[in-house]
Formats: sequence, structure tokens, C-alpha cells
Amino acid sequence: MGKFKLSCDEATMICDKSQYGEASFSEKLKLNFHVMFCKICKMYSQQNSKLTDIFKSKCSLNENKQKMSENDKSELSKQFQEMLKNNS
Amino acid sequence: MDKMKQHILNPNKWIDEYADYLFNYTITRVNNHDTAKDLVQETFFAGLRAKDNFQGKASERTWLVSILKRKIIDHYRKINSAKGQAEVKLSFYTDGENEGNWIEERVPQSWDNEAEKSIENDELKDTLEKCIDNLPEKYAMVFRMKTIQQFETEEICKELDITSSNLWVMIHRARTQLRRCMEKNWFKN
Repeated sequence: MGKFKLSCDEATMICDKSQYGEASFSEKLKLNFHVMFCKICKMYSQQNSKLTDIFKSKCSLNENKQKMSENDKSELSKQFQEMLKNNS
Repeated sequence: MDKMKQHILNPNKWIDEYADYLFNYTITRVNNHDTAKDLVQETFFAGLRAKDNFQGKASERTWLVSILKRKIIDHYRKINSAKGQAEVKLSFYTDGENEGNWIEERVPQSWDNEAEKSIENDELKDTLEKCIDNLPEKYAMVFRMKTIQQFETEEICKELDITSSNLWVMIHRARTQLRRCMEKNWFKN
């Protein structure tokens, strides 16, 4: 399972992964070990959960379906009709 | 015997029936109106050119989506390989004896006022949106799909034809750059 000691880059990558619930058990162990001795990554970890909350609050905005504007649609329709004519 | 039904194509109705669906499908992935519009248009055109290959096994919509998916991968490859593209701002040394360590001036700062900064706030969302838009396009795309649209890792890897370790490196770089951007423009502001 690779080396036990992580660099800060590796540790914060695992931390990011764990924000999606996708870090493995051994990855989390190594991360916990790293943040015991690394204040910076510990802070990164704490701030990361805060960021995740912010990102999540944005998800709710995306629930409504987006439509193509009527203008774009009629433009597209025109071009497509043209192509249909030449195609048949 | 519904399962045996042969589907047929009716291009005359494509725009009315599928333009919005395909557009929404695309915009959740590329998050840019013009790009989405172009990809949908290319999909319809490609569909028309390939209509003789349609075997009637899948529905019309599924068939069009499969064409669109190819278009989205092509788009991703294009932005992935574009010359002179902005790279993400790295926070760690990538070689030498400091490899993997924080670059001094990019070390996280503490956010002493975070308690006052409430989460349900339009200004916050604008700041976040700007920070995401500052990411190089492919990072923004992968970040949005994973974090905002909440796609499964597997699905993104399949759609963009990348490996999961590839995906996590991009998410990691996107998040460290976003963290720093939010720090400057929100928490330390």
C-alpha cells in the first residue's frame, strides 16, 4: 500500500478526495497521521469542510433545467431545415 | 411486444423535441451557453448525416445523446490539449528537494472571520462562481461535474475518458486554487 509518510501535496489530495467520501481507509489513516504533525494541512482540512459546505449550497441552484433560448432555437431550426432540404 | 419495437428517426421534429433536453445535458457539463449551443447544433447535424446508420434499437433521444457524448469528449480533448492553455496555479513544489511541500507564498492563511460570513448569501455565490471561472476550462469542467452536478467518479471518467487518479489530481488542483481564490476574495476581504 505504498509508503506511510505523505507529502503535503499527497495529504491534501486525500483530504479533497475524502470530501466526496471516496478516500480509502488506509488513505484516511495516513492523512490523520500527517495532520497530527502538520499544522498547515490540518488547517487546510478544517477549511476544506467549510468549502464543501459552500459548494453544496451551490448545488441547489442547479436543479432547474436550463433551456436553449428561443432565438438560438429558431436560428438552429432554420439552419437545420436548410440541411434537411439538401439531404433528402 | 414493446421491447421489440423498432424505433424510427424523424429529424423534422428533432429541434422541437430534443433541443432543450440536449442543451441542458450539455450545459451541466460545459457550463457555457455558446459552447453548449454549438455542441448541440453539431450533434443534430452529425445525426442527420449519420441517419442511415441508425438501426432502430435505441430510442431516437438515446441515439442523439450518444452522438452528443462523443462531441463532449471531443470538446474535452480539445481544451485538454489546446496549446498555450492556462495551467492551474500550483500550490506545491513539483520537483527538487521540496517536492510535495507547500510553496511558501501559497500556504493557507487562517480565516479568522469565517463565523461572520454566512453561507446563504448571493454575494458568496457570485464570488465562488468567479473563482470557478478563473480555473482553466478543463479543471472547471471536471470540478463542476464532480462537485456541483455531483456525478459519480466512474461516470465522469467514462464520459471524459480519463482515469480516476487523473480525476483526483484535477479535483485536488482545482480545489487548492479555489481555496486560495476564496481566501483572497471572500474570507480575507
